[in-house]
Amino acid sequence: MVELVLVPLAETSSRANHTGLWRTLKPVIDYSSCIRCEICWKFCPDNAINLEDGRKTPAPNQKVIAFSIPVIDYDYCKGCGICANECPEKCIEMNFEEE
Amino acid sequence: MPTSIPEQELMEPGHTACQGCGATLAMRYVLKALGKKTVVSVPASCWAVIPGAMPNRTLDIPMVYTPFAATGASISGLREALDIRGDSDYNVVGFAGDGGTADIGLQSLSGAMERGHNVFYIMYDNEGYMNTGVQRSGSTPYGAETTTTPVGLDRNFKKQQKKVVADIMMAQGVPYVATATIAYPEDLIRKVQNAKKTNGPKFIQILAPCPTGWYYPPEKTIEVSRMAVQSRMFPLYEYSMGTFRLTRPSKPVSVKEYVQSQKRFSHMDEDEISILQEEVDRRWEGLLEKETH
Amino acid sequence: MREIGSKTSIMTGNEAVAEGVRLSKVGFISAYPITPQTTIVEKLAEMVANREISARYVEVESEHSAMAAVFASEIAGVRSYTATSSQGLLYMHEMLHWVAGQRLPIVMSVVNRAIGPPWNIWSDQSDSMNQKDTGWIQVYSESNQEAMDTLIMGYRIAEDSGVMLPFMSMEDAFILSHTSEQVVIPDQELVDEFLPEFHLDFKVDSDRPMGYGSYSTPDGPFMELKKDMMESMWQSANTIKKVTGEFSEIFGRDYGGLIEEYMTDGAEYLLVASGTVASTAKYVAGKMRADGRKVGIIRIRYFRPFPAEDIVRATKDAAHIGVIDRSVSFGSGGTMFNEIKAALYGRSDIPVTGFVAGIGGRDVKEDDIEGMIDMMAAGKEGTVFINTRGDQ
Repeated sequence: MVELVLVPLAETSSRANHTGLWRTLKPVIDYSSCIRCEICWKFCPDNAINLEDGRKTPAPNQKVIAFSIPVIDYDYCKGCGICANECPEKCIEMNFEEE
Repeated sequence: MPTSIPEQELMEPGHTACQGCGATLAMRYVLKALGKKTVVSVPASCWAVIPGAMPNRTLDIPMVYTPFAATGASISGLREALDIRGDSDYNVVGFAGDGGTADIGLQSLSGAMERGHNVFYIMYDNEGYMNTGVQRSGSTPYGAETTTTPVGLDRNFKKQQKKVVADIMMAQGVPYVATATIAYPEDLIRKVQNAKKTNGPKFIQILAPCPTGWYYPPEKTIEVSRMAVQSRMFPLYEYSMGTFRLTRPSKPVSVKEYVQSQKRFSHMDEDEISILQEEVDRRWEGLLEKETH
Repeated sequence: MREIGSKTSIMTGNEAVAEGVRLSKVGFISAYPITPQTTIVEKLAEMVANREISARYVEVESEHSAMAAVFASEIAGVRSYTATSSQGLLYMHEMLHWVAGQRLPIVMSVVNRAIGPPWNIWSDQSDSMNQKDTGWIQVYSESNQEAMDTLIMGYRIAEDSGVMLPFMSMEDAFILSHTSEQVVIPDQELVDEFLPEFHLDFKVDSDRPMGYGSYSTPDGPFMELKKDMMESMWQSANTIKKVTGEFSEIFGRDYGGLIEEYMTDGAEYLLVASGTVASTAKYVAGKMRADGRKVGIIRIRYFRPFPAEDIVRATKDAAHIGVIDRSVSFGSGGTMFNEIKAALYGRSDIPVTGFVAGIGGRDVKEDDIEGMIDMMAAGKEGTVFINTRGDQ
């Protein structure tokens, strides 16, 4: 594509911007209590929770072992705490970031 | 196990929205509902800064930035041009805040809806000019303190009731009108997908709570969004092809409980809360009547 | 001149402009009615209804929306057009910057009309002169033929890959817009030979997701983008000359370049004008030349880019320069007058007099122009309002 003039276009993914640096509180998931309901994934405004294969991850019971687990991407998590607040099992803990 | 909402993400992480931003979730869900063949037009609003500064973008679809009052007209032009190109399969979406919709953009919105273009207009309603620092809009509810309705020696909180644009759109005869909120993503996504079945203009008003402007802790965004529905402060409805359907909250809470969840209402006394409760009840009765007609 | 492939018709300026839009194969039109622009868009709506043009016409609810709609259609890659006048143009102002800043080569017709209050539908150039800083190429026509031809050239110039700036084409209210003249209408094949199809490199495409016009910090590309607009605007002067030359070869009508010089050879007194006032001025110059007075006329066609070099060159041997403005910057002076003085600064000591005339459609007659020449001969300088009650 030939553009001889400068046009205000923005093409770079915001993934370059690591908003995890904003975080003061860090959510940590206790997978042994996590029922894989995906509510934390659903409500994450930063799209910082990914669903991944969890077959080798501790689980509260065998029924959920085949389901995806939520994995927090700390590069982007801003630590808002919605996930912990909405978690029906209260298995996400918000801890202060270490200096 | 299939997820309860589409898995596809068209909003990337790394955006610069505030912690616990409701408007960001509104965009995430709308794009999940519509998919990749979508173009969005965004006026001056929080969403004009959420993607970050050039050269960054945060959406995996084209996003056209426009001046404040231009949303309705810009989606009209995009729709017609895409049709001329033979790209009728694109979803054309206007995505504007409540100031850009209820106030400065109302004329442009009304014109676009009246002309009947096959477009979506999504109003993400955070009940004020949040991007510019929490000023009052027509969509701010009665009782709210904002930076332009401050409570000082005179109690100058917003004295007028909320202007509900979705109701205006129904009165104008827009073929598909709905309200939704981010606490109920399945309902929100279903409504966007229902709207898509209408070949014409569709308007969806999404309540998107704002921790920065409503003064509550960021982790409470979904909770506040849920309470807005349960208290009937923000009733959820769907109006399609003349049929009106109102959602009854499963666990009703009082307006008092709702206003106590946010500091923007913290100055309100019992009488003022009663005024708001009465307006909420009056509006609810009006919506119930719509259902029976 | 190639006689083949054209027909001659009698039509108003607005009808001629509509013919230009049809011949330019515009795909999307959006407009809001305002006198005296209305007969352009009425004609276009009629052409759409009669399938004489394969375009969509969207009747918006305001001029701001008209420009927002063509902004959006153009960004989707469809050649777009709108037209307005006066208050309508002012209402578009914000969107004019937006279109230019996004580098969208939209062409718009402006039928020059006064700005209120009081209400006044007659001709002056206050509306378009108020838009001189928006990043639009601006051109003033003198005849219905020129208005049509300029519109067709407009798309070629604006869409040039080194220009990519929107194009505003002016005609005087009523004097051109509603007055019939003979106009040569070229065949479509000839226009197609001159004006290729429109392709926008960065058009909306879901396979190439990007933000259009997002935001820039002070250290971002903001200032470079604005500088690039400036450079493209200067570059457009060459493109205008090239395209005007090509147009002349194909259609046989030569408009010169950014300015038109009339009887400037050996002229002592040079009057600068634009639009139809220039026609009167040319007539007066002819008469005065016959009387032995050395009068010449420079007609500014393009006000943006400003033809500073052409002005310096064309005036270098004059004794006195007068500028007729149909707009004024209150507290400063006539709009063209100021720019011409700026162009001459440091390169010429020739005195310049500003004549503010024809505001709100007031006639500018032969006598008025003769009076200007007399004032110049008498060494009058500064800004003079012409033909106002209570003068002198």
